[in-house]
Amino acid sequence: MPITKQDVEHVAALARLELGEEEKESLTEQLGKILEYADKLKELDTEGVPPTAHPLPIKNVFREDRVRPSLPVEDALANAPEREGSFFKVPRIMETD
Amino acid sequence: MSSNLSGSSDLIGSGNLSGSGNLRSSINTSARESEGHREYEEYEVIIGLEVHAELLTDSKIFCGCSTKFGAAPNSHVCPICLGMPGVLPVVNRKAVEFAIRTGLALNCEIAEFSKFDRKNYFYPDLPKNYQISQYDLPLCRNGYIDIPADTSVLSGGPDDSPGGRPGEKGSCTGAGIQAGRGPVRRIRIKRVHLEEEAGKSIHEGQNIVESSFSLEDYNRAGIPLMEIVSEPDIRSPREAYVYLSTLRAILQYIGVSDCKMEEGSLRCDANISVRPRGSTRYGAQTELKNLNSFRAVEKGLAFEAARQIDALRRGERVVRETRHWDEARGITVPMRSKEEAHDYRYFPEPDLVPMVIEREWVERIREELPELPGARKERLMKEYGLPEYDAGLITESRAMADFFEACARNYRDPKIVSNWVMGELSRLLNESGKDISEVPVTPGGLADMLKLIDEGVISGKIAKAVFEEMFSTGKAAREIVKEKGLVQIADEGQLLNIIDQVIAENPGPVADVAAGKDKAITFLVGQVMRKTQGRANPQLATRLLRERLQEGR
Ligand SMILES: [Zn+2]
Repeated sequence: MPITKQDVEHVAALARLELGEEEKESLTEQLGKILEYADKLKELDTEGVPPTAHPLPIKNVFREDRVRPSLPVEDALANAPEREGSFFKVPRIMETD
Repeated sequence: MSSNLSGSSDLIGSGNLSGSGNLRSSINTSARESEGHREYEEYEVIIGLEVHAELLTDSKIFCGCSTKFGAAPNSHVCPICLGMPGVLPVVNRKAVEFAIRTGLALNCEIAEFSKFDRKNYFYPDLPKNYQISQYDLPLCRNGYIDIPADTSVLSGGPDDSPGGRPGEKGSCTGAGIQAGRGPVRRIRIKRVHLEEEAGKSIHEGQNIVESSFSLEDYNRAGIPLMEIVSEPDIRSPREAYVYLSTLRAILQYIGVSDCKMEEGSLRCDANISVRPRGSTRYGAQTELKNLNSFRAVEKGLAFEAARQIDALRRGERVVRETRHWDEARGITVPMRSKEEAHDYRYFPEPDLVPMVIEREWVERIREELPELPGARKERLMKEYGLPEYDAGLITESRAMADFFEACARNYRDPKIVSNWVMGELSRLLNESGKDISEVPVTPGGLADMLKLIDEGVISGKIAKAVFEEMFSTGKAAREIVKEKGLVQIADEGQLLNIIDQVIAENPGPVADVAAGKDKAITFLVGQVMRKTQGRANPQLATRLLRERLQEGR
């Protein structure tokens, strides 16, 4: 399945990436090649092979329900671009009319 | 006397049972509202609910931060729930157990194999820009709960006749019809899955639209959240309300969530569509958000159903969209959202390994399930002879049902206990906004007080005042009666003195009685009660008054 420039624009928008025209062109080509390469997998006979949910052969890693210390508030907020009191301050959420 | 307590007429309209939500008042409102739903004769309303419940674990789902409500902003956060790079989440076993327990209580199949997935979207309350959720392999699937069907919408549609087609899911079946019992609607549960809660945004300015920035508190981010999705088997706003309260009761009984809608630990979105009766195709649906209370669920859906039916009647079509319930205006309005908002690009969460749910674990959880509200309701009807209405209401809250049973075991008449529990106790809980666990009155205390009425020590009227005092102080009824001198006047001589005064002071009504207007007696008895501050034994007062008036002729 070839990838189109519209696909790239869509995915870029979802990822909040602003791409120039040139980048869009080159990414369309590169992503297309990656998908083409992944398509090779379709040549394998996977009849009877269960889908892989995780590459590691591990299951059931749980922790007990015990409270552990959280970060001091100042540490939690240390990297906040903006703050107000003990809150993270962020730009408005929805673009509505 | 206790006439107003032995009948149920004056109980309607008193407070709610659970102490949270507007249960009783909603029942009344809806009873009124559903009388005139003629549009439901022509159109069928199809509703599915998506319910989110925060789980009552001590720590968050993927880290050890506390889940305690009401802490200072951003004091329950760590690198994991803040989504800092390089950290690894580990699943809280209790959260998984709670989801399985819920699945079992909702008659679900419990997955043998389950995993977590990433749901990708940008929102400031989501620090990682993805939510760890479950996509194609939820922990539980294919369950159901049965609720009493809304009989006002059963008008012989293809799948809505009581006793409907055999085996048809989501229809109203006769299976649940027993002596004196109404038809049952089976609401299928599509899935129950686990995910992480988002943080809390505080919007500056009036609302989300006008605010220029928001403030984020991530204490809530990462609290285990359970999503319970029903099939579109609900047929009226009333049924949606009943389904939700039944679900809440179950979750509270099994101790997995406190289900406080006002604190947001229980939330509900709804999908609703309408179609002409007899049609088997679904109409275009709208998704309804901001249903922040039980009342809002019913009112919002009622408005939306009427709006869609109106549109169809005018020959317009319903637009598929998300709408917002505006509580203040009592209407739903379309919500603007970004076009790509629903492209979540789920993929398996690489930071968490899959879960293989051992059957022994499931069976152990099943064995530990407490008696569920439905079963308890049946038992209260059988064991105590309660009417279905009483049993249903009392068992909506486990604490209330416990209170009832503890009291009924110590008193001769369970129906009288039920009247007090549904009436005075619920009213006082409602007014004080308290939970039954927070008040000092005990089941044994209520039983002792009821015995005082039986012994003629206090009247039913005085008992209400006594109970109010018990409710706030926890003192024994006998003690309160003694302290306040509330003992009923059952001494004939003492009463006759007062009756003579009343007769002397009210020649008009006395003449009326003589003229055969028997109603005037009630007035005179009322005067006796007034003079004794309610302490006269009303039956005795009435008898003595009649005798005195006879003598006087
Ligand atoms: Zn944390």
